[in-house]
Amino acid sequence: MEKFEPVIVAFCCHYCAYTAADMAGTMRLSYPANVKIVRVPCSGKVDTIHMMKALEKGADGVMVAGCLDGDCHFKNGNTKAAKRVAFVQKLLEEIGIEPERLTMVTMSAGMGTRFAQIANEFTEEIRNLGPNPVGAALKAQPAADKVA
Amino acid sequence: MITAERKPLAEIIDSIDDCRRVLLVGCNECVTVCSAGGRKEVAMLASALQMDFMKRGKTLEIREMTLERQCDPEYVEQLAPFIGQVDAVLSMACGCGVQEVVRRFRDKRIYPAVNTKFMGATERPGVWAERCHGCGNCMLGLTGGICPIARCSKRLLNGPCGGSSGGKCEVSDDIDCVWQLIWDRMKELGIEDRYEEIIEAKDWSTERGGGPRKIVREDLAQ
Amino acid sequence: MTTESVLEKVMKAGHVGVTGECGPPRGCMPDKVKEKAELLRGYVDAVNITDNQTAMVRMSSFAASMILRQVEMHPVLQMVCRDRNRLAMQADIIGAYSHGINTMLCLSGDHMQFGDHPMASGVFDLDSVQLIQMVRKMRDEGKFHGGADIKEAPKMFVGAAANPFADPFELRVARLAKKVKAGAEFIQTQCIFNIDKFEKWMEGVRERGLHKETFIMAGITPMKSVGAARYMRNKVPGMDVPAELVDRMAKTPKEKQAQEGIDICVETIKRVLDIEGVSGVHIMAIEWESAVPEIVKRSGLYPRPEV
Repeated sequence: MEKFEPVIVAFCCHYCAYTAADMAGTMRLSYPANVKIVRVPCSGKVDTIHMMKALEKGADGVMVAGCLDGDCHFKNGNTKAAKRVAFVQKLLEEIGIEPERLTMVTMSAGMGTRFAQIANEFTEEIRNLGPNPVGAALKAQPAADKVA
Repeated sequence: MITAERKPLAEIIDSIDDCRRVLLVGCNECVTVCSAGGRKEVAMLASALQMDFMKRGKTLEIREMTLERQCDPEYVEQLAPFIGQVDAVLSMACGCGVQEVVRRFRDKRIYPAVNTKFMGATERPGVWAERCHGCGNCMLGLTGGICPIARCSKRLLNGPCGGSSGGKCEVSDDIDCVWQLIWDRMKELGIEDRYEEIIEAKDWSTERGGGPRKIVREDLAQ
Repeated sequence: MTTESVLEKVMKAGHVGVTGECGPPRGCMPDKVKEKAELLRGYVDAVNITDNQTAMVRMSSFAASMILRQVEMHPVLQMVCRDRNRLAMQADIIGAYSHGINTMLCLSGDHMQFGDHPMASGVFDLDSVQLIQMVRKMRDEGKFHGGADIKEAPKMFVGAAANPFADPFELRVARLAKKVKAGAEFIQTQCIFNIDKFEKWMEGVRERGLHKETFIMAGITPMKSVGAARYMRNKVPGMDVPAELVDRMAKTPKEKQAQEGIDICVETIKRVLDIEGVSGVHIMAIEWESAVPEIVKRSGLYPRPEV
């Protein structure tokens, strides 16, 4: 059987995680190529619907990466993001999707190693969970027509 | 505003489980303000339902719409072009909005997606609290502007019961004893002596006692 | 005398009034009511019959009161605003009076949340002050709340409760004043453990002269064990059990705790009866009615006066 390579969407704050990811690259640290990075101006800019849509469109895991506690460039965007992640996790639980598919992580811009490590660990965790059940359905059938 | 909270997803799913096409309708008024049934919540619910159906190998087509005011016929009319294409309507408005949709579209199944809760105010971001019971005969003028009908667990009109403790209600520490609030306010206003005026038994006929209520403004009524 | 109530007669004659309490059974057990009542016979002037106390369903106060009448004892019909609207209340009042029940206590009632039917709707059509007003109107004006005449009006001796230990403390005398103004002729207080605070409240009562307009009966409850003391201190809303009392019970060997509880009770009665303006005691020996005779005797309140 083919090894399952999970698709991970990582919403990365421009001021920390995005730079850390960049640094991981320049440090030649390896992390799975399937981690798709979306640069955002602040983790607090990631809305609940973005997390939901990522999963709905087939991502196997979603990571929201913001600044360390107290270090948000916009004061408290990271704590807002953490609350939203917790909110969506509950919603996922209600529809029987593992809440572990969504996670909130924090780091500073200089933590290239940490980024790579987290990316690897999260990918491994999702690999253990298996494919997003929604994604499997997506592959099996063409997208439904929109009403009107 | 009229406050509401989304129903458990299992209940919502159960109501539309046999549907293939659904119109999910939010409302731009109260339920938007209390983050229960505005455009955002409509999108979130649509996404969750979509995932649930897909996960179970079923298809569901959802059209999202958020009306300016779901309790007003002229806005409900905007659903007309789409109503024929769906098996059911899922409404995220309060009970008033749901029933307006029902009144306009007689032959369509309409389900509520939220539980309508109470008339309240935003206490702080993300927290809404009951303020008015709609008794039909406002007595805020007698109680320092704070309502014991809506805010006392036993709706006592003549002072706190024996369970008021440290400013909290005996029912829960999350509930302020409204008579403590009223008393504090009376003191602030220097009208403590007003407390001893007995508030007579309430005429509940203006509340639900008189049956379903209606307001008619003759000059406006058509 | 405005009514046939024995309690009224006793206190109006200048005697210390003594009432007891009987919680009706949770089932069709009329004998249980009689059993509890018999333990109190001769030691109290009247027996309060609770009305779905702590919001648990029990035999109705009206029915249990009737059982007391059958054995020629004097019930105090308790009525809470939680379970009945004004129609049902008035119906019960004329019904009760028709069976010789002539004394009643008007209460708001414990909230449904505390009982075994938290899903029940609370009625609260009237509050306790308005209930007092209604019963007085029925008696004094011979009119129903709605205004129609009553043929043969019920002549109830009307009481109410007061909790000197609840908050806001400064409002508690005013709250009593309101009940007296509404027509409460006797007051039974919440269980008194913190006598200092009760004294302070009584000071306020005397300042307003309220003790001259109503009979104040001090609420007394014997503690059976240190566990009971702790429970009342920590779990019962509106109860004020000082830590010293809990300690005193805790220091007493387990087998002597019940006796210690009775001792505390007798001491409390003696102290509160020394306070000017206290006209009686209301002994709530919940599920411990057998303790009442000793308490009454040792407090010097036995035998009860013949009126």
